[in-house]
This record gives sequence, structure tokens and C-alpha cells, in this order.
Amino acid sequence: MNIVVCGKVIPASTVIIEIDPETKRMVRKGVPHELDPAAASAVEEGLRLVEKHGGTVTLVTMGTNDATIGIRNALAMGATSAVHLFDDALAGSDTLGTAKALAAAIKKLEFDLVICATEASDSYSGTVPGQIAHLLGVPPVSFAKEISVDGKQITIKRQSENGYDVVQADLPALVSVTSGINEPRYPQLKGIMSAKKKEIKILKAADLGLGADQVGESGAREKVLTVGRPPKREAGKIVTDEGEGGKQIADFLAEIKVI
Amino acid sequence: MADVIWVYAEILDDKVTPTTLEMLTKAAEVGKAEAVLLGPAPDGAAEILAQYGASKIYRCADPVYNDFLTLPAAETVAGLIQQHKPQIMLFASSYAGRDVVSNLSARLDCGVISDVGDFQIKDGGIEATIPALGASYQNTSTLVEQGTKLLLVRPKSFEPNVNEQPVAIEEIAAATDESLRKVHMKERVAVKREGPQLEGAKMIVSGGRGLKGEENFTMLKDLADVLGGAVGASRAAVDAGWVPYAMQIGQTGKTVKPDIYLAIGISGAVQHLSGMKTSKYIITINKDAEAPIFQYSDFGVVGDLFKIVPQLIDEIKKRKGA
Repeated sequence: MNIVVCGKVIPASTVIIEIDPETKRMVRKGVPHELDPAAASAVEEGLRLVEKHGGTVTLVTMGTNDATIGIRNALAMGATSAVHLFDDALAGSDTLGTAKALAAAIKKLEFDLVICATEASDSYSGTVPGQIAHLLGVPPVSFAKEISVDGKQITIKRQSENGYDVVQADLPALVSVTSGINEPRYPQLKGIMSAKKKEIKILKAADLGLGADQVGESGAREKVLTVGRPPKREAGKIVTDEGEGGKQIADFLAEIKVI
Repeated sequence: MADVIWVYAEILDDKVTPTTLEMLTKAAEVGKAEAVLLGPAPDGAAEILAQYGASKIYRCADPVYNDFLTLPAAETVAGLIQQHKPQIMLFASSYAGRDVVSNLSARLDCGVISDVGDFQIKDGGIEATIPALGASYQNTSTLVEQGTKLLLVRPKSFEPNVNEQPVAIEEIAAATDESLRKVHMKERVAVKREGPQLEGAKMIVSGGRGLKGEENFTMLKDLADVLGGAVGASRAAVDAGWVPYAMQIGQTGKTVKPDIYLAIGISGAVQHLSGMKTSKYIITINKDAEAPIFQYSDFGVVGDLFKIVPQLIDEIKKRKGA
């Protein structure tokens, strides 16, 4: 089976993400990037499925040249190839614009299953998978914490508020996977070496047939008006434990009349 | 004329969800609130929606909305939106809400704002307040060049208040097209949870990576027991497999707003902060004085949680016994 994984390369988890008040976008320049851990889980799930059923895993991602490091990481994990949507005309896209670009790129590929993370770990909007599924005309199978594929069907355990649901759809389909569905593998030396020879195909907005009214800042329906800081919480009292820490918390609880 | 604001009503465990009522309250405050209620619902659900401000309910009880996920609901709502053109439609940031709104957005070729904490209508447009990047920013966004504005609203953003309206119920036709029956709901499995539930808890004791292992959550359980609270966890503890996802607090887990939140061995990643930062009092134990969580704490102790927590449990027992 042929699997497409959509995922993002984001500022590394060690970076405190800032928003540029001018462009109102996240500052991505000059900060270390990594394959989003949520995307790594999606790649891992794809690799496990093809190890069982045979086939290919293609990573499709949109981003600046900072994305390359994350793409290489996915390839080193074992992904077969990658498609990188890399174009200034795509920068500033809102979720629907992003979904349109990704869906247009996926349509150029043969696929049985698209795997996305339920949301990226930087912006968390969580609407792109559902948008892509509609644009591709495939059933959206969401919030999977376990996946099995059998012949022409996918069955998942879908996270629910009070447990899980067993949900099924015919392939081709799009599935979004929750963080924690698996522990992504670390690339091994052999994988890292072979990743260097794997293809990263670059696509521009024009290759996708998408104009400025659809993607990029000009095509975005969602506009950020202001970037600000939330009202600061009044500074609390922080103490260092010198053997009385537990008692001090009890004192505080007594002070606010909890005990 | 008042702006018409729709709320996508959800039922969970045979009850109207709290977020539905929160959104209705807000909608009725700033405009004319109307609800869309699809699929089987308990008796009296419509009355409850009316109590919290719905003046009209578009209703279809057909089980197709429960038996097949997302597509029938999105088709029905899209049709209703095109027919009635409400100014705004609100969806909860729940599993169903996110699924339906993302499909709708693509279907209607319009944008959607996620993670909305508040909104207002300004010059006929929408201005939504979003706690971006967890807790560290508070931005405002709008949707341009489109009809109905779709918003995904964070739970606990508004206080639910009774504001009863005379209500009209309009029965609508079910989406029956075979092409919409693609995502089959085969079985709903409730996983039994032990102890008090996080939802609605006044006191929450939460553990993170600093707990170092599953077995140490017993200690938090003991602390929660003496305080009469519920136990929660950060994503790190859930991802490590120490506790079930049902206990996860944060952007991808539950949003909580207790009176007291004890964050133990939790550094305070934006992911976590966004799920608990509006708690009334935040008390923190962490060995790292630089942990971001301290900036949000009313009281914090820098030190070894394995020493501090047992002492705290003893102390509470002692004082309660006294």
C-alpha cells in the first residue's frame, strides 16, 4: 500500500517560540528546527503499516528551507521519498490554504492512505487533516490511537471523551493519529546514510495550480489583527525547599482556607 | 436586528455538553442564539438549550448522525448555513466539533479560527481572541471575505448562565445520501476511570515527567485523596504511558479550571499551560527553579517532589485530624 504522511517541520522543542509583531507570524528564521514529534509519530505509523503490508511512505510537507532537516529525519527513519512545498507564495497561508496546497500535492501521488497528526505541536489548530480529507474526497478517520488495515479497509480505535470508539472506513482514506499512538524510532546510521540519496521533490504554488487567491497571505481568510501578551498573573511566592517545603504548601493551603 | 449566532450542540453521555451551554450563553449575550442539534438526544435536551439562550433549534433526531461520523453532520450544517446565513457559527473544540468544522470549512471554502477564547462582533465582522502558543501570547484574529464565520471555541471560555428564551423548534430532513455513510461508528467503548473525575473538580493534583514513573502516581493519588481532589497529568506523563489519556490536561487533553491546581513535576510547556492556566490558585513543586510553570504559580516550591509531597500529605492529615 502507498502511504502519504503529512507533517510539519517546526522550531525545536528547546526553542521558546516568538511571534513577530510585524508579520504576525511565528519567528522561524535562525532557530533550530526539527520534525514535529507529532509528525514523527505519523511517519512511524506509516512505516509500521508498510513493514506489515508492503508499499511506500511519502512525506509531504510545506515550509521554508528550514524544513530540510526534518525531511531528512523522516527519510532517515525510513520514509521512501518526500515532497517539499517550498515557495514564498505559500508563506502566510491559513489552515485552509495549507490544506489546499497539501491536498494538491497529494493528488499528484498514488495513495491508499494519508496519515496526519491530529495537530501540529506549534500551532495546534487541528483543522488541516479534516480539510485535506474533504479536498481529496476521502473519508476522514480521526483521532486514531490504534490503526489496523485489512484488505481494503481501515479500522481504528478513535479517542473519545470517555474511552474510545471503533471506527471503520474503506480505503483510500485519511487518518489523523494522536500523539502517543507510538514511540517514533530514532534514525540509525544506515538510515541516515541512505536518506542522503533519497529524492526530495520541490513543488511551488504554480506546480500545484494554486493562485494568490487560494494560498499564501493573500489567500488567507484568517487574518491576525493583533499580537499581544496576556494579562500577567500577579507574581506568586516561590521558595526553595530547605526541608519544610511540604509544610509551607500546607501553610499556603491553610491561608487560602482550603485546609 | 441582532446578529444570529449558531451553536453546534453536542450530546455526550446522554447529556448536553457543558461547552454547548457555555457557547449558547455567550451567543445569547451578543446576539440571537440558535442551535443545531443532530442525532439522538435525551428527553428535554431542547428545553435545556432554550434555558441557556437558544431561541431556535434546528433539529433532526435521525440516528445517521451517530452511526456515521462527520459527513452527514457536515452536509446538513452546510445546507443550513447556505439557506439561513447566520453571522457566526460556534463549535466546541471537541472531537466531533473539530471534525465537523474542518470538513465544513473545506466544503464551504471558508476559513475557520481555532482555539477561540473569546470573540466580539465589530463593524459587522468578527474579532476573536486566541490564547496563541498556549499561554504566552494573546492574539486577535478575524475572518475576511466570507459569509458565516466559523469558530472553534475552547471549553471553559465562558460561564454558562440560564437565560431562558421562548424557543421555536424546526425539524429538518436527515442527510441520507449513501455517499455520506463512509465513516462507520462500529462501537463506543467507555473506559472505566477510577477516582474522582477531572471535569468539574475543584481541586486537581497533576503530575508530569518529574514523577519518573507510573508507580509514583500512587503518591499523587494519596495527596488528591487527603485533599478530596482528582488526579491529572501532563502530556509527557501520558505519552510515557504512565497514566491514561483521559487524565491528560492541556491543549490536546482536557481544559480544567479548578480552584486549586497543584502542578507536581510539571515544567509548564505551553501545551500544558493552555489547559490549566485559568485555575484560581496554582501551586507548584519542581526541582528546576527556571521551569516556566513558576511564572504562573501563586505558590511554588523549588525542590525534590519525592521529599515534599509525602511531607505535605502528612501535614494535611495532621492538620485535618487536629
